[in-house]
Amino acid sequence: MEKGNKGVQLVGFWVSPFVHRVKWGMKLKGIEFEYIEEDMFNRSPLLSQINPVTGKVPVLVHDGNPLPESSIILEYLDEVWSHAPLFPIDAYQRAQARFWSKFADQKVLESAWLTVCSKDEIQEKAVKDAIGHLERVEEKLGGRRFFGGDTIGYLDLMMGFIAYMLPVWEEVAAVTILDALKFPNLAAWKSNFVDHPTINGDLPSKDEMLTFFQWQREVHLQRI
Amino acid sequence: MEDKVILLDFYPSMFGMRPRVALAVKGIDYEHREEDKENKCQLLLESNPIYKEIPVLIHNGKPVCGSFVIVEYIDEVWKDKSPTLLPCDPYQRAQARFLADYIDKKVMETGNLIWCEEREEKEAGKKGFVEFMKQMESELGDKPFFGDNGFGFLDVALITYTPWFKTFEICGDFSIQQDYPKLSSWVKKCLEIESVSKSLADPDNVYNFYLTIKEKRGI
Repeated sequence: MEKGNKGVQLVGFWVSPFVHRVKWGMKLKGIEFEYIEEDMFNRSPLLSQINPVTGKVPVLVHDGNPLPESSIILEYLDEVWSHAPLFPIDAYQRAQARFWSKFADQKVLESAWLTVCSKDEIQEKAVKDAIGHLERVEEKLGGRRFFGGDTIGYLDLMMGFIAYMLPVWEEVAAVTILDALKFPNLAAWKSNFVDHPTINGDLPSKDEMLTFFQWQREVHLQRI
Repeated sequence: MEDKVILLDFYPSMFGMRPRVALAVKGIDYEHREEDKENKCQLLLESNPIYKEIPVLIHNGKPVCGSFVIVEYIDEVWKDKSPTLLPCDPYQRAQARFLADYIDKKVMETGNLIWCEEREEKEAGKKGFVEFMKQMESELGDKPFFGDNGFGFLDVALITYTPWFKTFEICGDFSIQQDYPKLSSWVKKCLEIESVSKSLADPDNVYNFYLTIKEKRGI
């Protein structure tokens, strides 16, 4: 991409929860952007040009400057566009949000994804780990409507995959991780999240996600 | 109200060194508490119940966990104390955060391989580490520090691995200082800052710690 181009582009892949977070973040903040779909199984030269380090999506391109990593992009959006802040103002609350966002990806998402990619004892352990991590998240959320309080914010976006993608993974892997009876706070938050006007009209198709992740599970199990 | 700052730490930890460096360069008074990894204190277990790991910064009774989270917190709360560690420009700030995370991923990944006994894994680790160092040299360019305005966030991220370089060199049987002149020069400049050099672990102490771990694990 040539430097000096105006506007905002988001390079993404339709089923990536990391891309969804950024898309929703931009919509919540009212930022106009052009979405560019990248086929992650047939990557274009564009992606290696704008993200030579990891080659992953999402990549935000703002005025020709590329930026990867969803959590970092969301912080950047909040710093450049001050309208409808996603982050708390207080420094301690910001530190908490950063800590929990790493937990969301490194622990919750990793263990949940492993249940899709594995079977038998490895899968059993992954389920146990994922449930343990969700117990922490349940406690962190408490009875609040959103992690951000009354309004949806950064941590809701980072945890968002729990609301709409985890149920798909559970179905594909034939496991139960988020039992509504065991996790009443998260069960309520799930509805609040997917019913939010910005999220509701913009979720990927459940059938398409099921087909995609069933195929992914077959591919991963063949490698074992 | 006077600030009360406690740092739960472990001397050889590259992660623990980061808040030590940040607090020292900004001249912030704090109480340092050395943790025993084999016998973690109640305060650590309560302050970081999720990972039960150092570093933990406890500021007026409130715990902050994670080395980069702590350094950003220090920079935000004590923004009136120079140096400002994170860049002022949002894009530069985002780049610094990205590279800091990348540094951790690459060094841990390649370092863990270098420590393996099997030759193939050791060689793969060395190769990865060499590539990583080349990337860092390129990122540094001709600047004295990674930060555009002097010693900053990325410098904090990488300098705390340098006490471990001697250990990597011995395990991998290769030389880091010799092959990367720009980075060697950068290390020297960082160590000329007294608050930085006094916050870093001694490389010989780090190597002895590594040998103790090896012995305990029967390697």
